Amino acid sequence: MNKLLPEIFIWPFIIGLAYFSIIVLYRFVRWTLGLSKIDKIRIWKGLRSRKTLDSAIEAFREGLLHRKIFRTNPVLGYMHMSLAFGWFLLIVFGHFEAVAYKGSLSFPVYLPIFFRFFVDGIETYPFMHFFASLMDLLLLFVLSGVSLAYYKRFNKKLFGMKKATRLKSGDRIALTALWLIFPLRLLAESFSAGQLKNGGIITQPLGNLFSLFVPLELTTPVTWLAYSFALGFFFVSLPNSRYMHIPAEVFFIFLRNYSVRLKKRVNTYSLVQVFSCSRCGICLDTCQLNLANIHTQSVYVLKNIRNKNLTDEVLFNCLLCGKCQQVCPVGIELIDLRITQRIESTLQYNSSYSYLAGGEVKQADVVYFAGCMTHLTPSIKKSMLQIFAYSGVDYWFMDEHKAPCCGRPLMQAGQYDAAAVLIENNQQKILASGAKKLVVSCPICYKVFIEDYNLPDIKVQHHSEYLFELMQMGSLPKRLTSEKSIYHDPCELGRGSGIYDKPRKLLSNYTSLIPIMNEKEKSLCCGGSLSNIKIQMSERDIITNNALDEYLQYSPDSLITSCPLCKKTFARGNKIMVKDISEVVAASIVQKNKSNACADKKVLEQAL
Amino acid sequence: MGKSIVTIGGGIAGIEASGILAELGYAVSVIEKEPDFGGKLKNWDHLFPNMRKAEEIEDYLSRKGKTPGITLFPNTTIASFENIKSGFVLKSNHGVSYSAHAVIVATGFEVFSAERKEEYGYKIYDNVITSADLEKRLKSGTPLTTLAGKTPQRIAFIHCVGSRDAKVGNTYCSKVCCVTGVKQAIEVNKLLPATQIFNFYMDLRMHGLEHEEIYKTAQEKHNIQFIRGRLSEVSENIDHSLLIKAEDTLSGRPLKMNVDLVVLLVGMEPGVGTTAIGKACNIEFNQYGYLKIPDVHLAGNLTSRKGIFVAGSCSCPMSVKDTIEHARSAAFEVHRYLIEN
Ligand code: SF4
Ligand code: SF4
Ligand code: SF4
Repeated sequence: MNKLLPEIFIWPFIIGLAYFSIIVLYRFVRWTLGLSKIDKIRIWKGLRSRKTLDSAIEAFREGLLHRKIFRTNPVLGYMHMSLAFGWFLLIVFGHFEAVAYKGSLSFPVYLPIFFRFFVDGIETYPFMHFFASLMDLLLLFVLSGVSLAYYKRFNKKLFGMKKATRLKSGDRIALTALWLIFPLRLLAESFSAGQLKNGGIITQPLGNLFSLFVPLELTTPVTWLAYSFALGFFFVSLPNSRYMHIPAEVFFIFLRNYSVRLKKRVNTYSLVQVFSCSRCGICLDTCQLNLANIHTQSVYVLKNIRNKNLTDEVLFNCLLCGKCQQVCPVGIELIDLRITQRIESTLQYNSSYSYLAGGEVKQADVVYFAGCMTHLTPSIKKSMLQIFAYSGVDYWFMDEHKAPCCGRPLMQAGQYDAAAVLIENNQQKILASGAKKLVVSCPICYKVFIEDYNLPDIKVQHHSEYLFELMQMGSLPKRLTSEKSIYHDPCELGRGSGIYDKPRKLLSNYTSLIPIMNEKEKSLCCGGSLSNIKIQMSERDIITNNALDEYLQYSPDSLITSCPLCKKTFARGNKIMVKDISEVVAASIVQKNKSNACADKKVLEQAL
Repeated sequence: MGKSIVTIGGGIAGIEASGILAELGYAVSVIEKEPDFGGKLKNWDHLFPNMRKAEEIEDYLSRKGKTPGITLFPNTTIASFENIKSGFVLKSNHGVSYSAHAVIVATGFEVFSAERKEEYGYKIYDNVITSADLEKRLKSGTPLTTLAGKTPQRIAFIHCVGSRDAKVGNTYCSKVCCVTGVKQAIEVNKLLPATQIFNFYMDLRMHGLEHEEIYKTAQEKHNIQFIRGRLSEVSENIDHSLLIKAEDTLSGRPLKMNVDLVVLLVGMEPGVGTTAIGKACNIEFNQYGYLKIPDVHLAGNLTSRKGIFVAGSCSCPMSVKDTIEHARSAAFEVHRYLIEN
C-alpha cells in the first residue's frame, strides 16, 4: 500500500472538520457572550444542575431520534432519524472498533472514519467480524434515509407535505455533499474489501463482485479520496447552510432548559433560534395564508433573517395565529421571534399620549376591561354588563367612555415604546382601583395584560374563565337548549394562552357542542387578525370563508367563540349565526326576565 | 301571437315589464313569493324627489297588474327550472308547471341587515333604527318617539350603512340612500321642528336633476346639519340615549355626540331570492352578487343566458324611477327577442 496516499487523502476531511469546529465554536461563544447578564447567570447556574443532563437527553431525543417529527409524520421522522441517528451510531461504533483494533484510546481522529482503508483483513482484533457487519448494517440504515431524501425532493406527497422549502447555493453544496458521503463510503469500503478482505456481510460480497471487473488498484484510493472530499465539503459548507441547525439546535435545547428567554429585543438568543430551524417545512403546510397564496411563513422569515434580506412585506404579512409554532418540532418561538423582529424594524412612533392623563378611577372588586374590539361588538359588552348586574358584582367598567388601548395591537405591530406608555398608564389605574381581579373580554388584550403588565396580586381573567368561575360558584343560571353549536377557539385564547377547556365546560350548560376536526391546538384562524397589516381584505375573506365552510359541514345551529374579533370576522362571512360565549350566558338571564322583555317588545311594536 | 312569458318577482319591475308585454299581446305569468304584489313599495311613505305618496305608484301598479293577459300567482316560488327546445319549463312549489318562451328575473333587492354592522348597535340598543323602520313609522302616522315614548331632542342619520364598506363585504354605493336620508331628515324636521338633526355622510351623492336642490333646502330651510365623517361606534347611555363616536373629516377631529335616536341609512344587497333563482337558472352573477349583465351600456337587461332577462334591482341598486325605466326596457328586449326567434 502506498503509505504517502493516506496522509494526502485524509486532508480534505481534516481541513473541513477543523474549519467546521472553529466556526461552530466561535458562534457558540459569540452567542453566549451576546446574552444578557441574567441569562449568563442562568446558564452558569444551570450548567451544574440536573438541567444539563435533561438537556443532553432532550438533545439526543430531538436532535438524533427526531421524536417530534416522527409524531407529525412517521416517514419524514424516519428519514431524519436514520440520517442523524444512523450517522451518530456509525461514528460511535467506528470509535469502538478503532479502540478494539488499537487496544488503546489513542489513535488519530481520521482512523475510525477511514478504518477499512487502513486495516487489512489478515490482521486480527477482538470482534472483528462483528464490527465489520455491524458497520455495514448501520451504513445501510443511513443509506435508507439518504434514498428517502432523494425521493423526497422529487415526491413530496409521500411525506404528507405540499410544499418543500426553497434552496440557496450554500445549501445546495451541503446537500449534494451529504447525499454523496454515504454512497461513496459504501463504494470505497466495498473496493477495499475486494482488495483487503476486510468487509462485512454487505461490503465483502460487493467487493468480491467488483474485483471481477473493476481495476481496484486505481478505484480504491480515488473513491476514498472522493469520500474524504465529500466529507470535507459537507463540513465546510455546513456553517453556511441549513445544516447549521444540527449544532444550533443542540445549543438551543441547552439554553432553553437553562431558562434563557426571548426578550422584546432581538439578541443572540433570537439568532440561536433562527439557526436552529431545520427547514423541515412542517410549518408551511399548517399555515392558512397558503389558501390566499401568500408565502410569508415562518420558515421564510427565519431564512430571511439569516440571509439578512428580510422585508417588511414578509415580516408583517402574518396573522400571528401561532399554528406554526404549535407544530414546529424544534420548538422555535416563532411568534415572539416575529414580534421582536417587528419591534426591531419599526421606527418608533413619536406619538403623544398626553390625553391619557387624569381620568377617574373607581374603587371596585373587579375591574372590567372590554377593549376596543368589544366596543365594536356591543352585544358582548351588553351581555357582560347584564351578567355583572345579575350576579351582583361590584365592578368598575374601566374603558366605558374614555377608552385607552391595552397596547397589544401596537406590540404586535412592533411599536414597543408606544405600547409601553399605554401599558404604564393603564397599569397605574388598575392598581389604584384596589381590585383583586381584572376581567377582560378580548383575548388579544388578555394576552398583553398577562405578559406585559405588572399587576401583582391581581388575577387577570378572560371573561370565559371568569364566567366559568361564576358558574361554578352557582351565580349563573343554567339553561340547556336543544341548539347544536361549534366552539371556535380564538388563536390568542387557545394556542396563545392555553385556555381550551373552561369555555367548553361553561358552554356545556347551555348548548351541545359538536366535536370537530380542527379544534383546540389545531383550531383555525378566523382570518381577522389585527397583527397582519399587509394582507388584503379579499385574501382575508378566503381564509375566513374556508374556515366557515369547514364548520358548516357539521351543520351547527350556531358558531360560538370568545373573541370579539373572531365574532366580527365570522359574522362578516354572513353564513351562520355567530355568538360570543357571554351572549350565550346572558341569553339565559334574559329568558328569566322574559316578562320584561315582552313589555319592551310591545312598546317597540306600537312605536313601529 | 300565443307566446308565453314567465316573470319571477311581482315587485315594481316585474309588474311593470309584465304589464307592457301583456299589452303587446303576450301571455304573462307573474310568480310572487309573497301573498301580495308591489314588492317593497308598500313599506314606503313618500318618494323622492317630489315627495309623492308611494301609494300612487302602488295604485298604478295594481292597475297594471290587471292588464288582460297577465296571470298573477301569489305565494309561489320556483322549485325547478328546465330547458326545452322552445324555451323553458318552470315548476312551482305547488307543483304547477309553466312553460315560457322567455323568462324575466325581477327578484329585486334586500335591505342590508344592520345587525351585521354590530358596532352601530341595531337590535342591541333600544333607539337605533333603520331607514326602512323609519319609513314604516312615518307611514303609520304614529308620533315619532324614542322607545320610552319621549320626543327625541336630537336625531342622527347615518349614511352608507352596509354600503361602501369593505368590512361588511359591500364595496359599492347603493345610490338611493343619500337622497332618502335627506328626504327623511326633512320629513322628520317637518314633524318635529324643535329636534336637531344631523346627517353623518362620507360624501353626498345627490345625482338627479332635483336632488341637489333638496339637499340645499334641507340645510337652508330645515336646519339639518351635515357632518362629513364615518361613524365608528354607537354606545348606549344609562338613560338609553346614545353616544356616537365619529371622526369629523372636515375639521380632522374625533367627535362625540349624544343623541336620542339613530337612523341607519341601510343600503341594498342582492336578495336571497335573487341568489336562488340565479343559481336555479344557471345564470352568472357579478362580483357583488347581483345578476351579471353582459354589456353595461348596450345590454342592461340581458343575462349570460339567451331567453332570460333581468328587470330592476336584482342587477344593481336602483331607485323606483330607475326601476320602472329598466323594467320598460326589459319588456322591449323581450319583445324584440320573441319576434326574432
Ligand atoms: S420553523 Fe420549525 S417547523 Fe418551520 S421549518 Fe423551521 S424547524 Fe420546521
Ligand atoms: S403565525 Fe399563522 S399566519 Fe403566521 S406564519 Fe405562522 S401559521 Fe402562518
Ligand atoms: S347613496 Fe349615499 S348613503 Fe347610499 S351608499 Fe351611496 S354614498 Fe352612501
